[in-house]
Amino acid sequence: MRPVLTPVFLGSLSRRRLTTAFSLIAVVLGVALGMAVQAVHTAALSEFSRGVRTVAGEADLRIVGPRNGFDETVYPLVAALPEVAAASPVVEVTTRVAGQEQALQIAGVDLFAAAGITPALLARPSAGSDRLSVLGEDRIFLSDAARVQLGAPPGSELSLRAGIHLVRVVVGGDIPAAAENSRLAIMDIAAVQRQFDRLTRLTRIDVRATNGVSLETAKRAVQAVLPTGVIVETPEVAENQAALLSRAYRVNLTMLAAMALLTGSFLVFSAQALSVVRRRSEFAFLRAIGLSRQRLLVWLLGEGAAIGLVGGVLGVALGYAVAWALLELFGGDLGAGYFAGLRPRLEFTPIASLTYGTLGILAGIAGAWWPAREAATVPPAQALKAGDDASIPVGHGHPRVGLVLLAVGIIACWLPPLGDLPVGGYAAIACLLGGGVLLLPVFAAALARRLPNALSVPARLAKARLEAVPGHAVIAAAGVLTSVALSVAMAIMVASFRDSVDAWLHQLLPADLYVRAGAVETGTTLDGETQARIASTPGVGTVSFTRHESLRLSPEHPPAALIARPLSMDGRELPVVDRAPPESDPSAVPIWISEAMKDLYGWRPGQRVELPIAGHAAPVRVAGVWRDYARQTGAVMINLTDYRRLSDDRLANDAAITLAPGHGAADVAARVAATAAPGTLQIAYPGEIRATSLRIFDRTFAVTYLLEAAAVAIGLAGVAASFAALAAARRKEFGMLRHLGVTRSQIAWMLAQEGALAAGAGVLGGLAVGGATGLVLIEVVNRQSFHWSMDLHVPWVSLTVFAGVLIALAALGAVVAGRAAMRQEAVLAVREDW
Amino acid sequence: MNRRAFLLAMLGSQGLMRSALAEESRAAQRGSKGAGNGDSVAFAPVVPGRRLVFPDDYGAHPDFRTEWWYVTGWLRLPDGTSIGFQSTFFRVRTGIGEDNPSAFAPRQLILAHAAIADPRLGRLRHDERIARAAFDRAGFTRGRTHVWIGDWVFEQTGDGYHVLIPRSESGGFAYELQFSTPDAPLLNGTGGFSAKAPDPRHASYYYSRPQLKVAGTVTLDGRALPVTGLAWLDHEWSSELLPSEAQGWDWTGINFDDGGALMAFRLRRQDGGPLWHAGTLRNGNQRNSDIHILMNNDLTLTPTREWASSRTGIRYPVQWQVRAGARTFDLAPLFDDQELDSRRSTGNVYWEGAVRAQETGRTVGKGYLELTGYDRRIWIG
Repeated sequence: MRPVLTPVFLGSLSRRRLTTAFSLIAVVLGVALGMAVQAVHTAALSEFSRGVRTVAGEADLRIVGPRNGFDETVYPLVAALPEVAAASPVVEVTTRVAGQEQALQIAGVDLFAAAGITPALLARPSAGSDRLSVLGEDRIFLSDAARVQLGAPPGSELSLRAGIHLVRVVVGGDIPAAAENSRLAIMDIAAVQRQFDRLTRLTRIDVRATNGVSLETAKRAVQAVLPTGVIVETPEVAENQAALLSRAYRVNLTMLAAMALLTGSFLVFSAQALSVVRRRSEFAFLRAIGLSRQRLLVWLLGEGAAIGLVGGVLGVALGYAVAWALLELFGGDLGAGYFAGLRPRLEFTPIASLTYGTLGILAGIAGAWWPAREAATVPPAQALKAGDDASIPVGHGHPRVGLVLLAVGIIACWLPPLGDLPVGGYAAIACLLGGGVLLLPVFAAALARRLPNALSVPARLAKARLEAVPGHAVIAAAGVLTSVALSVAMAIMVASFRDSVDAWLHQLLPADLYVRAGAVETGTTLDGETQARIASTPGVGTVSFTRHESLRLSPEHPPAALIARPLSMDGRELPVVDRAPPESDPSAVPIWISEAMKDLYGWRPGQRVELPIAGHAAPVRVAGVWRDYARQTGAVMINLTDYRRLSDDRLANDAAITLAPGHGAADVAARVAATAAPGTLQIAYPGEIRATSLRIFDRTFAVTYLLEAAAVAIGLAGVAASFAALAAARRKEFGMLRHLGVTRSQIAWMLAQEGALAAGAGVLGGLAVGGATGLVLIEVVNRQSFHWSMDLHVPWVSLTVFAGVLIALAALGAVVAGRAAMRQEAVLAVREDW
Repeated sequence: MNRRAFLLAMLGSQGLMRSALAEESRAAQRGSKGAGNGDSVAFAPVVPGRRLVFPDDYGAHPDFRTEWWYVTGWLRLPDGTSIGFQSTFFRVRTGIGEDNPSAFAPRQLILAHAAIADPRLGRLRHDERIARAAFDRAGFTRGRTHVWIGDWVFEQTGDGYHVLIPRSESGGFAYELQFSTPDAPLLNGTGGFSAKAPDPRHASYYYSRPQLKVAGTVTLDGRALPVTGLAWLDHEWSSELLPSEAQGWDWTGINFDDGGALMAFRLRRQDGGPLWHAGTLRNGNQRNSDIHILMNNDLTLTPTREWASSRTGIRYPVQWQVRAGARTFDLAPLFDDQELDSRRSTGNVYWEGAVRAQETGRTVGKGYLELTGYDRRIWIG
């Protein structure tokens, strides 16, 4: 029987090409997005881990400190411990070759110490050069990849940016064990310390524990000799931290993919539901000639599975293609900046591919489940007799279940994050969507009842239909609701976010000019002399310097940023969201923590805490909480004067300049630039910085815009697909109407209004659910995953236009889809039933 | 004598320059120029006529390019087994970073090598270290012998020396030895000025401390054993040692049972032919009174038997006849395989081992023999 039945069932998919195509597209998109996010992330993370592992080599432990490193006297203390077999000091600087954009990470190593621990960090002099040249102060050793990228063969000279100076080095050879790391360069530790102004500083010590000493014992022994703010960790921790850093972003994207997949599943459902209705007599006949109920069920599920399978396979392929394109365009961080600079390679991961392919199939089967059961349970005799389509699933919905879901969703918003993930938020969104869909029939009927009665014939017909048989339209409307809800939620969230970021940038960038010594270079600072020169440049009114450091507060968390800049006692320069009551003790050093600090470390306004500054624990008081969109791992602001007193560090990274009255920004910028070697000081206008920041923001959300568009297209496709199926099922009805004297254009008009009504119900429901979902995204998902708050900003105009266009498109779609049915001769259509 | 090849090998052991050895031994002789930035550095010259002054000259001479303290000897285990040992500490002035205020500036490197020659094992146990003199993790002292890398220490104590190799990362051995001698240092060459070639630029300051009494502990595979024995110490420093045509050398230092001592070396040309001979012979226990400084015509070193390493295929002349003035000695190894094969890590191989000295068929002394430049590459080349 199978060969006979194959065309009956699977063949039906090809007969309704349009609906099948839409379902397929939705599944493909869902699978592809999920696959792409997964593939990109796997590639980026494995590249990152590979980097960590090659560099870590055989190190059991590594000692790390704040961004600007720690004092080198830590090294002999650690190396002398009996628990330590070998210790390798490293001073790392990130710099650039003058005139090139590519960042170069220079590891200053003591090759003799590194040899036994981190073989990847060993340089090899090029053939014929002096053996001791690896120690040369002007020698740099490049990985093969970096050499190719910089076009710098052995023996060639490079000019490296070092603060406001340039350092001339000669390429002395390569790094055999790290040939593919395009960012890595090696110099002698003493050369880096001197040339990059890092004297007495180290950024890392790699440690190999003595044989027979447990890692825990060694770790405790090492930690005991470290100054505060310098910690010892296992190399794996860095990998974990990297994975954690991007996890929230990744999970959020994967959630979007899941939504797309859900939409696809729903489209399969709506198409199958209507198709099953249309084929009732067909099934009844098959049942009558001996097809068992189970076989029928399996065949109908097979239809869904077939769509899911094709969608899954195409989706996985498309996902890899998208991932490849994303890696080429944005690198490994999907534009979010977590893995900036890595050049990951796309890897085929069989398990993930299989998982996503299977998800596609499951989506298809899930969509087909209800209609299939419905069709299989109808007694053949009744189905053969009755030609009506009254018993479409969904019917009048399940308003009570819907209400319960909504209630559960609201409660879920108050759940704390689970493993740093906003699980409650996602649950709330799922509940809101589910509840919305289940309440939609009631809502649609109510909406139809509310419409005025004195309408044209087609309008009355459309209204009556929606009122009486909401089931049909609701299937189309539910698709619209889902996609509108997703789009609206994203639109509200992104608009609020963008608006808040814009306001935040305005508040943080009040000056007229910003000066910094290099964009990516770590060794680049403005020394006291340069600071003085900038301050005394004619046209410079006031200047405030900023120093960037970082804090290692615990081995579990990535370092938090420490920003020292001139601040008022009340922190009025900051976007403060919460402040402590005024402090009576004037000696308490105030700090302002970002919202992430509050979430990650549990610090509260008014609390007294200790900050590890320059190797000492400085007692400070949390004066308030400010909003920070730049540093997800936490940031602490401290007054520059306090920082300098605590750290004795007079350097600065940036300067914010307010112009003296009567001076033009361009003139002053030119004069400030002239205070240092040409090209070393970068001067930016706040407008530029804002524009760049927003451009980065938009790029980060590019993928979500894409998804919104896809969701809307899927929703519209759903309307068209539903009406195409519906119209086919309603040929008899149209024939009857024509018999009664209704013109074709009136039928078209009726269909248009039905489409608009159905879509309208979906759009209105979608706006409501989307608004609520947007709030959940802002207040729960963002708060919990990224630790930042934002002000609600609803883009009313865009949403109104969007809703209107969607309804109009739905109406058009309904007419276009129904045309085939209308074209039938009226008599023929009526006679078919007899 | 010159352990320059070893020094190079040590640098090489950090995976730096497998093939640089031959290159370097020629290049380094072209002029007294340091590497990298060190071109302008002036190394102190070795000049004839400078008197060695003790205790100052026991200590380090950081103005010179290279310097080493080298102690070898025979030890007797409680069960009567004889084993050989070797400890060498090098100091190298690189000429790099002389004006760099960084504490890591690689102005001076310390290298060390420790080995045990155990005939029951049939090959050497050895380990090596290298570090820049920084943060007292590695360093040297002026005015007395004191040089160290981490917990490896070579130090002068009272009228003797103390060598501590408390752990080896790879060798599976450790030792702590105390050396003592009542004798004044034995000056080689002309009052400690040891010429290496006709050109007086190629020379070193060089003294030996033969007949050192040894007591201490050797730990083999985790078992600590008390030992006694007799050792030989060399201290040599120079700035421009080898003539460019030298490809290798053979050196020996023997403690005679009667209290005498012999130091003899020859430099070889590329073709294997001798380039320069020199030595010092102290007859009997005469407290440095019967000393013969041997120059080219007074001294010949002749190989009498070769041994081929199965690991490397290199053939070493492990048995020798040494004619020193009127006396003739036959040198025979404690066992053949005292090849120091660190090709896996260093790409360099040489032979350094314990030997017995016979005179007219009778064993008259024990000491060490060093054979360098027998690498196959050079032989074929």
